[in-house]
Amino acid sequence: MVLKNGFPLLSGVDLDIEGGSLSVVTGANGAGKTSLLRLLAGLVALTSGEASVAGVDLRAGDLRQLRRRVGWLGHEGSFYDDLSVRENLVFAARALERPVSDIENVVGRVGLEHRIDTTTKQLSAGQRRRLGLAWLLLRRPQLWLLDEPYASLDDAGRTFFDDLLADVVAGGATVVVSAHDPLRSAELAPRTILLAGGRVVGGAR
Amino acid sequence: MIRTALLVCAKDLRIEARSRVLLWQVVPFGVMALLLSGLALGPAHAGSSSAGPGLFYLVSLFVALLMINRSQGIESTPGTKASVATLGLDPAGVFLGKSLALAVELWITGVVLLAGAVLVLHTALHGAVLALPSIGVTLAAIAAAGTLYGALTTGGEGAATLLPVLTLPAFAPLLIAGERSFSAALHGGTLWEWWVILVVALVAYLAVGILLYGVLEES
Repeated sequence: MVLKNGFPLLSGVDLDIEGGSLSVVTGANGAGKTSLLRLLAGLVALTSGEASVAGVDLRAGDLRQLRRRVGWLGHEGSFYDDLSVRENLVFAARALERPVSDIENVVGRVGLEHRIDTTTKQLSAGQRRRLGLAWLLLRRPQLWLLDEPYASLDDAGRTFFDDLLADVVAGGATVVVSAHDPLRSAELAPRTILLAGGRVVGGAR
Repeated sequence: MIRTALLVCAKDLRIEARSRVLLWQVVPFGVMALLLSGLALGPAHAGSSSAGPGLFYLVSLFVALLMINRSQGIESTPGTKASVATLGLDPAGVFLGKSLALAVELWITGVVLLAGAVLVLHTALHGAVLALPSIGVTLAAIAAAGTLYGALTTGGEGAATLLPVLTLPAFAPLLIAGERSFSAALHGGTLWEWWVILVVALVAYLAVGILLYGVLEES
């Protein structure tokens, strides 16, 4: 169970996600999609029950260690708005002790090379999502958690995201994406986990 | 830890330089507050150098509260907080980096306010220069304590109200020692005892921050 201000966000969730797969978490607004992803990322505490992600126990384990293994792309702004694309990525690269020279490659891969010196707050919503992907590509995490990544994307952007996520899964990483559109979810992945009222009501295994 | 501290400090100062909040909002506010404080004292006292140290630290406190909220605010949007959390930065390094960046911002503001005190309050220039080292240590200690308390209140409801209330007991000895030290520099009193208090307070806040910042971030 996961609580926020005493209110259960997730309850009675019994779920198994296979490594190296792409899964979609879907459900109506308030169903618990973001909470589930934040739980998997070690960003919220498990109040009761048992769960482990990437070998880390969510109740007794070191959540900091888990967070280092996951990549998170939220639907909110995920960066320092007053820094440019390059400066945000340099900060991440230095924090992760990755070579700064990788930045040009990942920025090129997400198609932001023409905006690399633009302040993040000047980017469109779609471009911010691409910056999020660049951040994750720089990190190369074991587990990718993407909260509503398709919101505000045009068709070209969605196709780009689909192709990139397929590449990531082919490379052995595990990807969990939340999406509120069931049709979109079905197109994206064979495994769809349906949430309602903080409970898994379909696709648990 | 030092590497993380330098990384975080450079990032915070870059954001500040880019947003220009310090330049266009905080420094003008501080200068206006100093000027109005002098006017509030009345013409008989405004020119008295004895009022300078106290008013300088009073305005520095207001500025520090603004800057602490600002420093924590850039980290507190939900998305940024989550993304940065997954970088696995050493919390002690984050604390030191944010404290150092805040101290640099307070030092810059302090120099401007000191110039204002000399010009507006007729504080003796020689004494003001002598007081610079103790002002530097006092503002650094305020930065360390402020970063610690800022992490405690950030994100909570009424954080802007809670911060000054919580920091009052932490800042009070710093402000008293800073003001006494500044006055001693102006009037030729003993400085060392106030220096001891300031340095011990700085070391204590740094030590507590290094130990507890991670816990505060998690909570």
